[in-house]
Amino acid sequence: MPAPTEGLFVELRQERPIPLAVTLDCGVGEVLALVGPSGSGKSTILRTVAGIYAPQHGRIDAGGETWLDTAAGLRRPAHRRSVGFVFQHYALFPHLTALDNVIQAMGHLPPGERRARALRLLERTNLAGLEARRPARLSGGQQQRVAVARALARDPKVLLLDEPFSAVDQVTREKLYEELAALRRDLGIPIVLVTHALDEASMLADRMCILHRGRTLQTDTPLAVATRPASPLVARLVGIKNIFEADVVGHDAERKVTHIRWFGAALQARHAPQFGPGARVAWSVPASHILLHRRDRPSRGERENPVAGEIVRCLPMGEMTAVALRAVRGQRADIFFSVPTHVAERNGLALGAAVSVSLLTEGIHLMPAAGA
Amino acid sequence: MTDVVDGAALLLSLKLALLTVAILVPIGILAGRWLATGDFAARPLVEAIFALPLVLPPTVLGYYLLVALGGSSPLGRWYEAATGQSLVFTFDGLLVASVVFNLPFAIQPLQRAFEAIPEDLRHAASCCGLTTWQSLWRIELPLAWSGLLTAVVLTFAHTLGEFGVVLMVGGSIPGETKTVAIAIYDRVQGFDMAGAGWMSALLLALSIVAITVTYWTSSRQRRKHACAD
Repeated sequence: MPAPTEGLFVELRQERPIPLAVTLDCGVGEVLALVGPSGSGKSTILRTVAGIYAPQHGRIDAGGETWLDTAAGLRRPAHRRSVGFVFQHYALFPHLTALDNVIQAMGHLPPGERRARALRLLERTNLAGLEARRPARLSGGQQQRVAVARALARDPKVLLLDEPFSAVDQVTREKLYEELAALRRDLGIPIVLVTHALDEASMLADRMCILHRGRTLQTDTPLAVATRPASPLVARLVGIKNIFEADVVGHDAERKVTHIRWFGAALQARHAPQFGPGARVAWSVPASHILLHRRDRPSRGERENPVAGEIVRCLPMGEMTAVALRAVRGQRADIFFSVPTHVAERNGLALGAAVSVSLLTEGIHLMPAAGA
Repeated sequence: MTDVVDGAALLLSLKLALLTVAILVPIGILAGRWLATGDFAARPLVEAIFALPLVLPPTVLGYYLLVALGGSSPLGRWYEAATGQSLVFTFDGLLVASVVFNLPFAIQPLQRAFEAIPEDLRHAASCCGLTTWQSLWRIELPLAWSGLLTAVVLTFAHTLGEFGVVLMVGGSIPGETKTVAIAIYDRVQGFDMAGAGWMSALLLALSIVAITVTYWTSSRQRRKHACAD
């Protein structure tokens, strides 16, 4: 049996009631975001790590200890796992003050030390002066800070955050992001953050793990997941709208490009030699790698993968305008991108207008076709 | 000339009610929490069994208790062997019967109170390192205390007022099994309407006070934690 990791290692297998096929790890000092739609099993994974949900098969190592090993019949109960858990709605004890909420998690310390340390924790989470308040008399942001202080009070080996920013307003949320970013520098423990907000995951996490129906689909840096999704499903889950299928024509190893054919158009994609000529592949391009050919300012980049078509949707949304370009007549192969609204106006972007765009080679990513 | 109020019967009723409450509080807490949090297939059956005294005619319940506690039942024989006296028509038998017929009055308010505690609070307690007992003592019971108070008050008031089961299992032995409810009945049978009236008024007043206290404390607790969610 391998020695338990100092960070966090999780492997779960289960058929029912909630299907799980999960493998993930989170290093000391790392923030790992679990991202996926509702019902993808994010919270279940967190609860399994904490010991408040028991899977059929699995292994969990944390801080050099084994907390779960179903093969060996080992399951450490929740109260004996050193976890800090911030619940989605905080789950503060409503009859206790902020201070007493924090003290509850200090059973491992001598009674004489608990109060002073709880006060220090509340000060660290910017709650000095509010120690005597009960949760009902604290704002959402303050409740979240009490929940974080309580989670840290146990000197946890792992910090688990279950959508901790979902119940506060935008301004408070941004402030709490900064506080969490500052906190993680000092903590030196694995932090697992459950969120369905991609921007939140990209901002706070070192790596993100994409989940779908209880399965881990891809774990990588936010940039890698956004630009090199492992499959069309991952691409869809991270919000990429431009996902199509094409045939590989060949490779140019010298120029590091792969030639593909998409509805008769020849396109150059980022080099992907793993797909042989003739292979059916899926490809994606993020909106950030689509360049509008501007009437007012033509550029040399227009020669790169030019695609012409008719605008089938043009929706101004504040400073940006969302555009859908039908590149192939009669096919639902629309290319979605957005441009600043003033650019849309100057270039006459409107429903039915004919425009062309360039799909930047660096942004065209090839993946196995769906069902391959 | 008899006293207006049967003091012995009143004292006996109070003693019976206090002892019944003392026995049923821990049973109610454990069974109520178990029914509120346990996930098992037989729960509806268990709940139905605990609720039976609410719907069974007191004479039917009294009959079965008489059979179950009598000298020919295993429990009755064991008790007789251990103490040298019978369970039926004694105060001890009456106490056992009282505990049984008050089960729903003790368990149901506590079960509802435990059910009202969000599951995440119990999970949060575990994640704070609290054992089940610590969680029960420090987190759940303080939040369920209006349910506990309701259980105590209902059990107490119901014991004072129970008639049918008491008569079936205890008979009406003065100082041993004659409770105030039976004393009222006896007074009416003896055309002592004044005595029956005084004792009835006493029970009525006790019941009003008990129920008012229950409603007052539960509405107070609701207000206190109103914005906690």
